[in-house]
Amino acid sequence: MIFDWWIFPLLFAALRMATPLIFAGMGGMFSERSGVVNVALEGFMLTGAFTGAILAQQTHSEWIGWFSAFGAGVIIAALYACFVIELKADQIVTGTALNLLAAGIAPFITKIIYNSTGSTPNLEMENRFEIFPLVMALVVAAFATLLLRRSKWGLWISFAGENPEALATAGISVRKVRWLSVLTSGGLAAWGGASLSLYLASSYSPMMTGGRGFMALAALIFGKWKPIPTLLACLFFGLADAVQIRLQGVSWGGYVIPVQFVQILPYLLTIVALAGFIGHSRAPKALGQSLNEK
Amino acid sequence: MKNLLKTSLGFILGLSAALLLSFFAGENPVRIFIILVNSAFGSMYDLGLTLGYTTPLIFCGLSVAVAFHAGLFNIGAEGQLVVATATAAWVGVMFPNVPFILAPILATLAGLCAGAAWGAVAGWLRAYRGSHEVIVTIMLNFIAAGLVSWLVLNVIPNPNSQNPETAMVASQYQLKDYDLIARLFPDTPANFSFVVAVVLALLVWIFLWRTTWGFELRAVGYNPEAARRAGISEKKIRILAMTLAGAVAGFVALSEVVGSAGQYRIGFSPDYGFIGIAVALLAQNNPLGIVVSAFLMAALHKGASDLDLETSTITRDFSRIIQALIILGVCAQGYWQWIQNRRGKSK
Repeated sequence: MIFDWWIFPLLFAALRMATPLIFAGMGGMFSERSGVVNVALEGFMLTGAFTGAILAQQTHSEWIGWFSAFGAGVIIAALYACFVIELKADQIVTGTALNLLAAGIAPFITKIIYNSTGSTPNLEMENRFEIFPLVMALVVAAFATLLLRRSKWGLWISFAGENPEALATAGISVRKVRWLSVLTSGGLAAWGGASLSLYLASSYSPMMTGGRGFMALAALIFGKWKPIPTLLACLFFGLADAVQIRLQGVSWGGYVIPVQFVQILPYLLTIVALAGFIGHSRAPKALGQSLNEK
Repeated sequence: MKNLLKTSLGFILGLSAALLLSFFAGENPVRIFIILVNSAFGSMYDLGLTLGYTTPLIFCGLSVAVAFHAGLFNIGAEGQLVVATATAAWVGVMFPNVPFILAPILATLAGLCAGAAWGAVAGWLRAYRGSHEVIVTIMLNFIAAGLVSWLVLNVIPNPNSQNPETAMVASQYQLKDYDLIARLFPDTPANFSFVVAVVLALLVWIFLWRTTWGFELRAVGYNPEAARRAGISEKKIRILAMTLAGAVAGFVALSEVVGSAGQYRIGFSPDYGFIGIAVALLAQNNPLGIVVSAFLMAALHKGASDLDLETSTITRDFSRIIQALIILGVCAQGYWQWIQNRRGKSK
């Protein structure tokens, strides 16, 4: 009984809520394993959520929204790569600036298109995804696992993050590997955002990512920068989010827990997870270091 | 001097890029620039509003800078100032019988302690658990917003208003009667705390460059390895830096509760904490430079707030774009080297 109407729906809700985190987490993994810190995930997600919602709404096709979100993510990631790889700007400062930029560009464009700075108009029901993003997220996670563990590319990415000099000596351009990794992270994180606006909700609303880019980073650290543990960490945070939604308005011995206390639960858990487990986690050696090669 | 030139050029590049974007909205960038300048300095009223933004931005810029000198990136100034301001408002509402002169001091100190504690959490977690302060402070921002919204809506709501704000603090908590700056700029949030902010900038400069703790703090930020060998406790310094950063951001309680509004209004801060990053970066984390850069960023912010009225397609959110592009313009000092390399290659 309890399984039918409590546990199963909750687990499914956890999977749904984990979808954006899985995309962003896997995206962040590509970038960070190659040695580039990615605080800009939040901005990439916001870009994806926004682009996906607008194009799906304008063209009445969720697929156009979905794929153009990826494209938009790649474009903003290219800007990020240009600053941190080519111009050697500080990665965290640049990431923060891009988060701000994404948060500023969205209302700038909605004002031009819809003459409003709030949410975009709702999608029609048939233009919302039923389950595709969730499946896609799991496929991406599986693919990322294979790529990082079994392919030449995975080896190059790891070397770019652990020992870039060795990779350069082997005649592979660290710059190119990092560029491709950051671009991939942009596209994937943007899909994370698009799964928010096209799957979990039915429109873009301002700041709808609500720190999920940073949670994905925490999941990445929690998961020791490895694909499967990171996936599990994302599922854990997804569960926290699902429980949070379920607990809203629940009363405990006649006392209703204030909704704000319930809402901060995922953020608290993120800190606890970071504080409790980082001791065993080791970042890629060259993470955050810019290149000195010509 | 050369640095100042490069930073100014970065600022101009960033601002120009932002202005050029207004083409896409069918506006003339030059006209937008004129609106920005007019709306920031056009009248005593405008200037008062600009100063009203400047004060919290000085506090937040200093907060980011103090942490930065210790090698920490404080994106949590927003959460710290929110907690501090709400605490000060809470004190002012809950203890209406505290006599004057003690009252504003009490509220401010309570705010500073709350901000310091909020910062210290991130510092402690970084020092003892290795948790990255960027993620922790972002999470703490969300937690602060949640807790404070509960405090404001459920514990001390304003009985005379439908707005999401706290009740007014008792009148002796405010210094309006003695506030010369507030009199100079009537009907604006500008107040005496601007002077406090300038003095604080001076104090932070003295702390960083003229005291042992300040030296140790900069040593840890500059070269943690060397600092450790010199016997400086990295953990102690990290906690100290974040605690100070939190306390400095907490001074916003002074400008908001004691100085101007006399209550906590949800959303009163247009992300001061994040604009503070641009402020600190623009001043290259020099406390005295922060006074100037805070004024510049405040002017841009105030200027952008009038775009709603003056144009049909550009809104106040434009200031975020300006801030972001200015940060990018300033932080990418690498392009000098890049241009030089290009020149070298083509020869």
